[in-house]
Amino acid sequence: MTDTSPAIDGWFTTGPEPALVGSRCTTCASTFFPPTAGFCRNPACDGQEFAATELSRRGRVWSYTDAQYQPPPPYIPRSDPYEPFALAAVELPEGIVVLGQVADGYGVADLAVGREVELVVETLYADEAGERTIWRWKPVENPVVEPVETEEADQ
Amino acid sequence: MTDVAIAGVGMHPWGKWGRNFVEYGVHAARAALADAGVAWPDVDLVVGGETVRNGYGGYVAGATFAQALGWNGARVATSYAACATGAQALDTARARILAGLSDVALVVGADTTPKGFLAPNAGERWDDPDWLRFRLLGMTNPAYFALYARRRMDLYGATPADFAAVKVKNARHGLHNPNARYRKEVAAEDVLASAVVADPLHLLDICATSDGAAAVVLTSLEYARAHRLADPVRVRAISTVTPTFPNAVLDMPNLSTDPAGSAQPGWSSPVETRTFKESIGHAAYEEAGIGPEDVDLAEVYDLSTALELDWMEDLGLCKRGEAEALLRAGDTTIGGRIPVNPSGGLACFGEAVPAQALAQVCELTWQLRGQAEGRQVEGARVGITANQGLFGHGSSVILSR
Ligand SMILES: [Zn+2]
Repeated sequence: MTDTSPAIDGWFTTGPEPALVGSRCTTCASTFFPPTAGFCRNPACDGQEFAATELSRRGRVWSYTDAQYQPPPPYIPRSDPYEPFALAAVELPEGIVVLGQVADGYGVADLAVGREVELVVETLYADEAGERTIWRWKPVENPVVEPVETEEADQ
Repeated sequence: MTDVAIAGVGMHPWGKWGRNFVEYGVHAARAALADAGVAWPDVDLVVGGETVRNGYGGYVAGATFAQALGWNGARVATSYAACATGAQALDTARARILAGLSDVALVVGADTTPKGFLAPNAGERWDDPDWLRFRLLGMTNPAYFALYARRRMDLYGATPADFAAVKVKNARHGLHNPNARYRKEVAAEDVLASAVVADPLHLLDICATSDGAAAVVLTSLEYARAHRLADPVRVRAISTVTPTFPNAVLDMPNLSTDPAGSAQPGWSSPVETRTFKESIGHAAYEEAGIGPEDVDLAEVYDLSTALELDWMEDLGLCKRGEAEALLRAGDTTIGGRIPVNPSGGLACFGEAVPAQALAQVCELTWQLRGQAEGRQVEGARVGITANQGLFGHGSSVILSR
């Protein structure tokens, strides 16, 4: 009996429109990712309550790279022999830059600072219990330009 | 007046010697004491830079070095601030001297690094970002360095050849440095032909980890005067500031940044126009009462070649995006306008964490005294160091003659 489940609980939703789950301070509205609890990191705020909130599914690449050598444990390789994968730091409209692996089939040649990407959920590794999933950034093939957006990505 | 005197400096050569860190520390301490002409019994404060890789003796490094040198009744302290450990230890010593509580302080940092790849400690730690970045993302240290390097390429037109040129320059600078681990010319083609670790960085763009030790004897100006140190190199500033919220630049080992400017109107969060790394240098300049234009040379933390270029801009040695132009013009080479890493930098040393910020101070001291044989920056009067470590640590030290 195997199943598919997130590699870490509560950090992202799954389904057709997956999203990262952040913590929004109910006092000052600062939003944090990964999810946080206990105290707000805004030094001007003593808030202690947070509401789970889905972050924007699209953002722009802040920078990117790849892992051409297999990272050491606790990284769990997905294949043997090892296959390199790309990584991207993505700036969300919320003002947070979030790291993530890049979606299967895409490498650094598909990326540029400022390029629009979208969040997807894919398999990180498999264990006895089944597939463990993670959020990933996927380049947007035909960016939907919002009417208010006039700035093109700096390629 | 908040200056203190550097009476002596000393190091144990960097390498992969595989011996106990205490041995290196004692070697460096004795070299610094001899350089200062200070007898060990006269030292009234020992500050050790903690090493987290060498068991309990490393956690209480100050006492470990004091005992190894022979208990002399001195006060003791141990500092840990990741890569800024040595600077924080120096700051601790300076504070007691300026308070009039100590006259002569010995500051020591030493490390023995394990063989092979640096990985997080064993065990499952789901609340530790340093563990999670490996487990969830496979995000290694070089991958962070590569993110910064790639931004320079996409935003400012830097090329892998520029990064290689930093390595070529630093390898040449370190050729005659007796404390450097790597003393060999490197050609740009060697760098570009070495394996890509994390695009765009090659193996030779990334610094190694090393064994090594550095020590500084710090005294009050009065003590220096009374002991015939007529014109000692002075510590003008030690900055160990933390970031301000929101820290909007991605820092190792974090998976994300603070939210830039997301607080609701009416909730004032401090408006910080400088990045964390910029603020480290800025605080040092303010404390010394000087500006980047007064600096003759810099020792910066080149964990990767591209990071040296970032630091030049963070320290205000040039405008954002102009570091490559200075590099290409030879301005950062010894003999140029503002030599960077005349010691050879981490490129020639490799990183020995608790010793590294002190090693930067040793190099500046030799340079300002005119004793940097084979790598002297002629007429140097003012030098600055910079580094950044994990979890909000960083430092910048300004010395002058
Ligand atoms: Zn808050």
